[in-house]
This record gives sequence, C-alpha cells and structure tokens, in this order.
Amino acid sequence: MATMAEDATVTAGDPVEPIDASPVNKPEARKLYAARVKIFPKRVSGLFRRLKWWILSLALGVYWITPWIRWDRGPEAPDQAVLADLAHRRFYFFFIEIWPQEFYYVAGLLIMAGLGLFLITSVAGRAWCGYACPQTVWTDLYISVERWIEGDRNARMRLDKAPWSFGKIRKRLVVHAIWLLIAVATGGAWIFYFADAPTLVRQFLTLQAPPVAYTTVAILTATTYIFAGFMREQVCTYMCPWPRIQGAMLDEDSLIVTYNGWRGEPRSLHRKKAVAQGKPVGDCIACNACVAVCPMGIDIRDGEQLECISCALCIDACDAMMDKVGLARGLISYSTLRDYGAHIADAKATSPQQATANQRKVHVSHIVRPRTLIYFGLWSLIGLAMLVSLSLRERLDLNILHDRNPLFVTLSDGSVRNGFIVKILNMQGAARTFELRLDGLDGAEMWLAGGEEQRGRSLEMRVEPDKLREFRLFVSQPRDAVKPGRADFDMIVRDRDGPESVTEDAQFYAPE
Amino acid sequence: MSTDDKTQNGSGLEVDEFSGTETTGHTWDGIKELNTPLPRWWLWTFYATVIWGLAYTVAYPAWPLVSSATKGFLGYSTRGAVEQTIADARAAQSDKISRITELPLEDIKADEDLLRYAVAGGKSAFLVNCSQCHGSGAAGGANYPNLNDDDWLWGGTLEAIETTLKHGIRYSLDEETRVSEMSAFGADEILNREEIEKTAEHVLALAGLDHDAALAAEGAVIFEENCAACHGEAGEGNHELGAPALNDAIWLYGGEREAVISQITKPKHGVMPGWQSRLSPTTIKQLALYVHGLGGGETSAR
Repeated sequence: MATMAEDATVTAGDPVEPIDASPVNKPEARKLYAARVKIFPKRVSGLFRRLKWWILSLALGVYWITPWIRWDRGPEAPDQAVLADLAHRRFYFFFIEIWPQEFYYVAGLLIMAGLGLFLITSVAGRAWCGYACPQTVWTDLYISVERWIEGDRNARMRLDKAPWSFGKIRKRLVVHAIWLLIAVATGGAWIFYFADAPTLVRQFLTLQAPPVAYTTVAILTATTYIFAGFMREQVCTYMCPWPRIQGAMLDEDSLIVTYNGWRGEPRSLHRKKAVAQGKPVGDCIACNACVAVCPMGIDIRDGEQLECISCALCIDACDAMMDKVGLARGLISYSTLRDYGAHIADAKATSPQQATANQRKVHVSHIVRPRTLIYFGLWSLIGLAMLVSLSLRERLDLNILHDRNPLFVTLSDGSVRNGFIVKILNMQGAARTFELRLDGLDGAEMWLAGGEEQRGRSLEMRVEPDKLREFRLFVSQPRDAVKPGRADFDMIVRDRDGPESVTEDAQFYAPE
Repeated sequence: MSTDDKTQNGSGLEVDEFSGTETTGHTWDGIKELNTPLPRWWLWTFYATVIWGLAYTVAYPAWPLVSSATKGFLGYSTRGAVEQTIADARAAQSDKISRITELPLEDIKADEDLLRYAVAGGKSAFLVNCSQCHGSGAAGGANYPNLNDDDWLWGGTLEAIETTLKHGIRYSLDEETRVSEMSAFGADEILNREEIEKTAEHVLALAGLDHDAALAAEGAVIFEENCAACHGEAGEGNHELGAPALNDAIWLYGGEREAVISQITKPKHGVMPGWQSRLSPTTIKQLALYVHGLGGGETSAR
C-alpha cells in the first residue's frame, strides 16, 4: 500500500498498517450453497513473481508460435514443423513422422508427462499447478489485464462495489474486450496444430474454413473466457482432480510453501507495545500481505491445504515485508516437512531467533533421494527407449490378410489358389519400388488380381511417397505340390534400392 | 422443545440452531427437516433445461394431436432426414452410376477407379441376391457352381457372365434364357447299366482320376457316339451349350465314380433365375464385373 511504500524507515518495532484481506476461499469460509466470493489478488514483486512471468511468457510463446514454424520435408509432405494431420492420419513433429499404428510414441510421451509430473511434485510440490498449468497461466494473464485497466487490489474492490457509472462500464468493457481477444487468440491458435496454419488462417478469415474449425474456436474461446475470467480458483478447488491426488505424491522431503509458525507465532501487529509489555512476540506482523496477494483466496498461515497451488506469491509478499521491517526473510518459504520439524525442535531447544538464524535453505538432499531417482530413472528410461526405437524403426511395413471365404479355390488344372489382401506401407517421403517375394511353398506362383499375365515368385511394386498401397494378390500351387491342409510360408518385401526389408508369416490353405 | 425456545427468522419460520438453516416446520418423532436451498448452479441449470425443453417442443415435432403430432418450426423429421441422406448419397454417386450404365464392360474394367466402385456395388448386390445359392464368398457348394474358379459352364467372359445374369439358366420366364438338356441315358434306356459304367470309367480317365483302363477303352467308343457332340472329343466341354468340361478337376455334381454314373443315368440340371426383371442393367453390370473379378474371369476374344 502507498503508505508503506513511502515509509522506508519502518523498523521491527513499528506497527505496520495491516491490509484488510480475508481468505475467502479457505474451507471454513466457503459456504456450500453460497455464491463465489470474488478474489482480488494484490500486485506483488519478487523472485517467484519474476519466475512466473518468465514461465508464462515461455508457455504462451510456445503455444502461439509453434504452429508457424516451418520444416521442409520435401514436396510430398506438409512443411509445418508440428502438425497433427487428422484427415491424412499423420502426426509430424519436426524430423519425426508418426503413422497411426505408431501411436504408442504418443502414449510414451503421455507416460513421460505423467512421470515428469510425479517427479516435479515429489521435489517441489505443486510446481505444475503454481507455474505451468494452463489454468494458472491464463488466469494470471487475465488478472494482469484486469490490474492494468482497473488498478490494483483496492481500486478493483472499490470499482466492484461502486454503482454502475459511465467510468465503470467503460473500464469493464475494455477489460472484457481484451479478455475476449485473448480467448479468441487462445481458441484460434489451437486449430493451427491440425491444419496448415497459413492456409487455415486465410480460410478462417474469409469464412471458408471447415465448420469444425469455427466450432472448436468457439468452444475454446468460451472455456478460456469463463475459466480464466470468472471461475479461476474454483476450477482448481472443485473441478481439478490433481489437488486431491497430490497428497499421495508429497512426502516429508517435498518442497511446499510453508508458513514457519515456529518463528511467526504469536502474531503481533503492534510489536513494540507487546515487547514493552513483556509479551512473547513472533516474527509475523499480521500485515495480511500473504492473504492479499493469494490468487486462491486462502491464508497460507493455516497450513498446507488443497486450495494452495504453490505459486509462492505469498513468499514474495512476505519477504518484501520482512525486508521492510528488518526481520530475516523466509517467514514463509519453500520448506520440506522434515526441515520444518527440525526447525521446530531447534526453536524449542534454543530460541526461535537462533532457529531463524539456522533456517535451512533448499538443500540438494531434498532433490536427490530414492523416490525422485526412481521417477527420474523411469522417465529417462522411457525417453531413451523411445529415442532408440525412433532411430531404429523401419519405414516400411507389410500387412497380409488371407481371404476368409473361400479359404482356397481349386482350379480346373487341379492347382489350388489362395487369395490375399496385401498392404505395403511406404513410410518415407520418396516413391520407392519394392520387390515382393515368396519364400517357401514349393512351386507356388503369385499374381495381382486382374494381372494374371505377370506371374512368378517375385513381383515389383511401386508405392507412392508416404502412402500405403493395397492390392489383392493370388498365390497358387500346382496340383502335384499341394499338401492337404495348412502350409506356412513367408512373404518378403524388400526395398529394391535400399537396405530395408520386412518378412511376414503367411498361410496357404488347401483341401484336407 | 417448547415454542419459546425456537429461533425464528424474518418470515417467522423456525431456524435450526446448529446449521442456521430454516426448517420445513415438519417434525417426525422430534426429527425436523431442514429446508436447505438448492445450489444456485443447480437451480439455474434446471431453469435452463425447462426453457430448452419448451423451445425444443416448439422447434421439433413433439405434441401429439388427433391424427399426427405438431410438425415443429424447423420442419425436421427423421424420415425426411433419412430420405435426404439417401438422396445426397445418390447424387454423389450419380456420376459413377451413369458412367457404369453407359460404358461397355471392358472400358469400365480398364478404369481402375470406376472398377473399384462397380465391384464394391456388385459385391453388395451379390450378397443380397446371389449368396443364397452361390455362398457369401461366391464359392458355391454341392450342385451350385463356385464362381471363384476358372471353370465356366456358359462362359466366363464379362459378356457371357452378363448374359447369364440377365436371362438366367433354364429359367422358364425368360425366352432368351440359356437352355440345354443332357439326355437321361439310363432313365430313358438309351444305354444299359454296363455301358454307362464303361462311359463313367472313360470320363474318370479324361479327368486323370483312378480308373480301369480296359473298361475305359470300351467307354471311349460309347463316349464318342453319345457324349462328344456336346462335351467334346477330349471332354473339353462347350460354353455354347452349357456342357461342362469333363477333363478338369472341377465337378459340379461330384467327381466320384458313383456320382458320374448317377449323372449319366439321370442328369441333374441346375436352374438360375434371370435377373433383368428384378435388377437394373447397371446393377447387373456391376455384378458381372464383381463375379469376373473373383479370380477366374476369362478375357473376351475381341
């Protein structure tokens, strides 16, 4: 507040004017049937606020810029670096191209994301929630728009309470207009991941884009506007399952945003008077700054609670206040349960002042411990396995489907013929000619349906770049070579001008 | 609890002292019911569904009247939607359908894209109309020919198959139907039992099956006199007459000695209906292309 900013000479003994803030979203304050009480987070600056700005810019930057990065894959393939081409069932990620049957790579990425979340949570609590979750990022962005137009906490609260006037309407209109613009840009960017971005943006603006594009943008615009503009902390408190699961992910070595009650209590707004009266005083000056800045509307001094998203803004607010009154930083800090217990024991054994002096900063042993090592090990293992398999995977595949009805046909010369549907998948960006060859099955010959003139034990098949070629193939075995029942043989497809080759089992059926 | 103890709110209703919620005023054995208000989001959702429901019955067919229901502002009906979908599909296919109707079979066969469409249509028509006798895989069965193989009674070119489909075989309702009848050599006493057995031995010999060479040699003479006119000297058959080839591995009525004797004695004659009165010429063309493409189709002479 303005008075505090001017008053640079406050000392530990001087009273600080407390902020009139209450934790409206703490469970006891939440009536089951009451309407949401609006939260007006106060502006704060400090290390974690800066970190949050950096992560926000990075996340939004990646989200908005990625679809516009180009990547040359030759004339036959799209030149968008990241593209989920649903219509043609291809997924492009820079140098990687994934066909639908290779979807396990996406599953692997999701598993890595899950394990990564476990790892981060076991090290730094709900860092995902506090810094990188889209709900947090967009809410942060919306709040900063609000703050820019309407002013900081007090101004916003005054405006909210004020009767409707021209000035209020104008400010609100501007805020909501900017919110809607951000929402449209958010929904709009999403669709560019699914089609060529420059083409789609032209179609979109000239109203020639497919209806699904407009629907998607409309839905995402609405969700962004509602979630980040109105529901905010309610999404985290009521809708998201992660706060409920996090209890299982945290242990006594996880960093959580902690109010160090052992040095803060008893709180005292008028320290000097209390000291003079010989009452015990803690470091907490009951200024309520931590409550005023909290975007979740809670009081961190109530302890770890599921509403807390670990954004650490209260740490910034408290540290600033501690600097002002000349007390040591870290009254609210990232601390592990183990350290917290050690500090309490220390405070009891010596004094809170001594324990404050000994207060531990973040320590490597928090991070490197069996649990995090296992998560990291699994995470890297899957990552490595995917990298190895990506670099070794075949860009050629052969599918064989035997006719079910009839299983075999006896021809007039007594030979037996089987029909197959064969698919050759050329997963490279260049047209290739393959040799399809029979291995085993004495005397057998094959030919393409409708092309009986060219028959033999091997055929040449040209397959267009990045395409699947499907054809019907007949294989027949002469009368004297046919064995009753089932016979196994191999079909081999080999790149005529390259090293790739795939062998598949096949069956040949004849009358019993 | 006496009336004096009751806390009351502004409207005179009793308020529960623990929860601060007003009660309904009902008591059962001293248990009171709280009049807990519905959550606001729930209430608004409820109102929204009521409005939606009313609007829906105005926009779509809903209210039952004496002879029919209200039509609805949007004029929608499920039957109409189906008709529209079918009409759209027809319109989308009309180009291919008209090309199939106009082009000769050989030209359709040369057009890969059109052929794929025609064969797919032929296959579904086959499953509806033909699979009852020929089987869903067109592999036939006892007494019904397998259409996958390269042995044809009345010819396996596209034109021959189309003609068979149009007019049928021994189909009394079509004057142009394919007709032929093998004499009942035994039943009509043209040959005696011994001669028939010798002839059968010769037929087995023609097909390269186990046979008695001495009897077959005698049978060859009888065959030449009685059978070669239709089946050919070497038993190669005759498509013009629907006479099956006897020198191959495919037997419509069985290739065992007994089956051959039975067929010479009192032959079975298969009947197939002509389809031109029931299927459009386009569908028949699609069927011909499908059957021809099963693997045994013959190339036309021209």
